[in-house]
Amino acid sequence: MREHPARERAALLLLLAAAALLPFLATALGSPATVPLASRIVIYGIAAASLNLILGHGGLVSFGHAAFYGLGGYTVGILYAHLAPGDPFLGLIPGSNQLAVTLPAALLVGGLGAAAIGALSLRTSGVQFIMITLAFAQMLYFLFASLSAYGGDDGLSVRRPNLLGPLNLRDPATMYWVALGALALWLAFQRRLVRSRFGRVLEGIRQNEARVVASGIRPYPYKLAAFVIAGMGAALAGALMVNAMRFVSPDMLHWTKSGELMVMVILGGIGTLLGPVLGALALVVLETGLTALTENWQVVLGPILVVVVLFSQGGLAALFRRRPASDAPGAAGGRLPRLLSWRRRHG
Amino acid sequence: MLRVEGLQAGYGHSAVLFDVSLAVGAGEVVTLLGRNGMGKTTTVRAIMGLNPPRGGTVAFLGAPIAGLAPEAIARRGIGLVPEGRQVFPTLTVRENLVATAADRGGPRTDGTRPWALDRVYDLFPRLRERESQVARTLSGGEQQMLAIGRALMTNPRLLVLDEATEGLAPVIRHEIWTTLAALKRTGLSILLIDKTLSALRRLADRHYVLEKGRTVWSGDGAALERDAAQVRGWIGV
Repeated sequence: MREHPARERAALLLLLAAAALLPFLATALGSPATVPLASRIVIYGIAAASLNLILGHGGLVSFGHAAFYGLGGYTVGILYAHLAPGDPFLGLIPGSNQLAVTLPAALLVGGLGAAAIGALSLRTSGVQFIMITLAFAQMLYFLFASLSAYGGDDGLSVRRPNLLGPLNLRDPATMYWVALGALALWLAFQRRLVRSRFGRVLEGIRQNEARVVASGIRPYPYKLAAFVIAGMGAALAGALMVNAMRFVSPDMLHWTKSGELMVMVILGGIGTLLGPVLGALALVVLETGLTALTENWQVVLGPILVVVVLFSQGGLAALFRRRPASDAPGAAGGRLPRLLSWRRRHG
Repeated sequence: MLRVEGLQAGYGHSAVLFDVSLAVGAGEVVTLLGRNGMGKTTTVRAIMGLNPPRGGTVAFLGAPIAGLAPEAIARRGIGLVPEGRQVFPTLTVRENLVATAADRGGPRTDGTRPWALDRVYDLFPRLRERESQVARTLSGGEQQMLAIGRALMTNPRLLVLDEATEGLAPVIRHEIWTTLAALKRTGLSILLIDKTLSALRRLADRHYVLEKGRTVWSGDGAALERDAAQVRGWIGV
């Protein structure tokens, strides 16, 4: 793929155009419920892609990515909560339901949160890093679960329409297009970032940190920058999700959400551009399809995950690639399941 | 340029270096010789700060560097070509070279430009041919060239090579020695760590022998001829 960036770009744009047609197709097929479902997939795609930046390219196994997803969501929810009664947040910041305001605010909050958590967590590595990111995310979860002013455990509804200029995000198709546009922009940004010198250094740190250090580069700022960017991506997804669902709750910050995002990345294809989006698609479709069959849908999901991880080296993205999966960053082409052999290669 | 005195270092509870002293002057090529397990790589790691020294002094360009973070040491102008090459396997040749490039003030005595892609490719034409190839797929010799090129791209004042020709075909070894000779002519100081000294004898100005964590012998080429039997006893060839 690396040899044909122009062809790859054309294929991606074609894919984007096809995805943009989905609301029309849904109407034609008389299945309007597909559109909100697609929005969820697209938004989870952004969150998973942002996790992939640090997990796949940076080798940073963050088990607390939901923290930034939830921070983005709560930014939108809290700004809305202050719009209705008209009292500013902390007596300073007026409420809003304008996406042009709430989205940048969510990015800012997510970025600041990631900077604070990252600055501390990145002083550790390996299992300690996994546990400390998990711990920080759970702290935020319990914080929001106990904030009764913003609904506590029950969460917060966003009743009034969210607006992006003249666009009303209550309309499922509009919401979908906005989310799809955000996904496209995010992926384009991340693709550029990964190919930049910054991205190469990040990849170098994952593959051989000591070597990067011996070249005179301090890894910490690179890791922290990647962590903050990934946190902002998750916040973007969280903000969009709250717009789509018109609801925010502490569930968005729960560690199971971090786990879901991680599953999407690994299922879809770690270190690939579209892998996390494929993973989001697979997980949401499986969840929707299986819940229709049985309440205990996870009993079926578990074995499916195991099979995918065992038999498709490089996740779902590898199935769509003509060349062997060993071309993906981090893949060494062995027969061992990626999930099991992955720690060693990323260590 | 580099002056190491009474260096001590180790890993955990085991001490490896007890008393290592060596010096590399400006524009000099110096070898550090010794058998496996005598502390050659530990010396390199201690100089680079990857294993902070536990005693003794390390000075570079007249300033003490022991205790500094490895990246700070590298930034002062020491370029390391590590043992086992350690290229970034999934990055292309070009990306390997560019990712950590910098200008750390290496010598320009031959009036040439700073090290950049073109100059590295002129030095190793084979890397130019393989520019967009993923480093994992290169041969051992090509990876070694890439590792040297990558270190040169930081424009070091001192190049440290840890067993640069280990496990390479004789033809490739000669190519690398020829390259090092060319680098020496540009005024670059070089510290070579090796087990043998056959071809290094002509290239190097001075030699040090490491035995059980101590420098037990040092001298120039003439002294080496004179003490050949004794040095052979230490390095075992």
